[in-house]
Amino acid sequence: MDGLTFEGITKQFGDLKALDNVSLSIRQGEIFSLLGPSGCGKTTLLRICAGFETPDSGRVLLNGEDITGLPANRRRVNTIFQNYALFPNMTLRANIAFGLQVAKVPKKEIADRVEAMLQLVQLEKHAHKRPNQISGGQKQRVAIARALVNRPQVLLLDEPLAALDLKLRQRMLVELGDIHDEVGTTFVYVTHDQGEAMGLSDRIAVLNHGVVEQVGTPPEIYEAPRSSFTAAFIGDTNFFNGRVCEIVDSEYCTVEIDGLEPRIRMFNDKNLRANVPVDLSIRPEKFSIHRQPPDSAQERNTLRGVVENVIYLGSHTKWWVRVSDEYLISVTSQHSRFLLDKDPIRWEEEVWISWHADDGYMLERYNESDESLVALPDTEVQTLEDEPE
Amino acid sequence: MIPPRVREWIISVPAMAWLVVFFLIPTLVIFVIAFKPATPMGGLGEGWTLDTWRELGNPNYPDIMMRTLRLSFYCTAACILIGLPFSYYMARAAEKLQRWLLMLVIIPFWTNFLIRVFAWKAVLHPEGPLKHLLVSLGAVPPDTMLLYNEGAVLLVMVYTYLPFAIMPLYASIEKFDFSLMEAAQDLGAGRVVFFSRVFLPGIRRGIQTAVLMVLIPALGSYVIPDILGGPTSEMLGNKIAQRAFADRNLPHAAALSALLCAGVMLLLIGWGLLARHRQKRGLT
Repeated sequence: MDGLTFEGITKQFGDLKALDNVSLSIRQGEIFSLLGPSGCGKTTLLRICAGFETPDSGRVLLNGEDITGLPANRRRVNTIFQNYALFPNMTLRANIAFGLQVAKVPKKEIADRVEAMLQLVQLEKHAHKRPNQISGGQKQRVAIARALVNRPQVLLLDEPLAALDLKLRQRMLVELGDIHDEVGTTFVYVTHDQGEAMGLSDRIAVLNHGVVEQVGTPPEIYEAPRSSFTAAFIGDTNFFNGRVCEIVDSEYCTVEIDGLEPRIRMFNDKNLRANVPVDLSIRPEKFSIHRQPPDSAQERNTLRGVVENVIYLGSHTKWWVRVSDEYLISVTSQHSRFLLDKDPIRWEEEVWISWHADDGYMLERYNESDESLVALPDTEVQTLEDEPE
Repeated sequence: MIPPRVREWIISVPAMAWLVVFFLIPTLVIFVIAFKPATPMGGLGEGWTLDTWRELGNPNYPDIMMRTLRLSFYCTAACILIGLPFSYYMARAAEKLQRWLLMLVIIPFWTNFLIRVFAWKAVLHPEGPLKHLLVSLGAVPPDTMLLYNEGAVLLVMVYTYLPFAIMPLYASIEKFDFSLMEAAQDLGAGRVVFFSRVFLPGIRRGIQTAVLMVLIPALGSYVIPDILGGPTSEMLGNKIAQRAFADRNLPHAAALSALLCAGVMLLLIGWGLLARHRQKRGLT
């Protein structure tokens, strides 16, 4: 029973159900991310784990022991707060030593352990400074050291990189990974940034409206999203509404998409029967884009369309291809050899897009009323299109 | 282009001029007068003398000075001890309630200070409501005197100066980052450790301001002991007034004022040095 377990956690704030019967099991030593849009309940779950909130029902178990009612100051769990919450009146060294002093660890041991932590986060030279004299990235490291020096059984990280700029965020992400490798503590990492979650985590729980949508490794979550919410929230995707037409064999079926001419061949991993309504999710990078109709192969699907928009993004280019009145498909293509990618496909060109029958997922019917979900793929385009030409 | 340093100076000229004319010069005048001989008609004589300072050796003064210090320190301590929990509650209350509480703190200022002190005289009077209540409850014997003693003076001093402590305390508690409370808890600290090691140092500035806002006017209290105190609860302020108005001995009054002024300044300088020392050693 090692690790951290949530059993049927429910928490209500007024009319809002922040968490609805959430059960999760986090293994000893793993980096586990709670990922979801703001208001999905991820921070509430973290605060319940830290002891700052009490669940209305359910239990929190740490290494098999029920800690649901244990006050925050008696849990062997430490938190890295979003705003770091360093004590402004103390030097960095005093900040890091605080937990050990409270625990009445002998002075000599405190000094040694604080020194080791300063070394781990590379702040030996700044130990005498106060929090207002150091940069955001350094504050971040002090917060990590202040938490880890207590050798917690679980380290909780509440959007720890949100206040940092992009470059620093990427560096801190690598550093967090390194620190985890060094100390081996269980990390529970709360974020709304799928990039952070994918890059750092062993496993991810995707939360939406207080419910766990899916738990899995980053590739599982990305390549095999179980719900349309997960598919839309993690990365970019294209959705098609349709229904299963014909079961081809034990692996494949064909799908008819409303308002699109050719039937599409799909890998039927969920063994759906004919006539079942489905949503298809196909990620932009799974498409190939061609000027000529590609050689038809049985396992590839092809659609014809017109390029409505091209966004050059440096490392890759994104095309928006109109395949019907209803469907504007986003397609991305990586640039590997820029000078040889001669004559790139441009605006208003007629193109063919194709993808392999394995590279798409059939999901249960996508719920249009879920605004947080609908907004995600669209906003990016909207803002870019709104730019004056 | 005027360099920024010069510009700063120019901007601060009006304020500086105000302080020099209405604060610095009068204070210096007091210090100067203290070294002048007094004339029987209440004027200032020719030349310079240290006679006035010798007269401060008057055997009545040590008692009065000790009482002034004692009452002022008690008053300051009481204002902080009462003001701190009140300000904490006020700063943590819902915004609407905060506005109401703030009003309650400010309302006394709408009434003239002298009238409020006389009102206290009525409340504490031997035939007054408080006395009757306490006697009927059996809390005090019937011959107890609530008025004309040090207790009455202290009570009304606390009443008068409490808002001056609440304001800066409230301002600093309101700005205090209470996520530090969770951080302290998270690191294993209970309420006491949080309070003493994080909260109090965090609002240090507010406490310092509150202490000064209460201690300095308290040391110069004059009206309160004059109206509510008896002959055994005179403070330095009463003596200064007595020397200036009744005896018409301005140098003597000036010397007492100078003494009080110098005392407060020494206190502040000492405090500042101590704070700098602690800062340097990284203790706070």
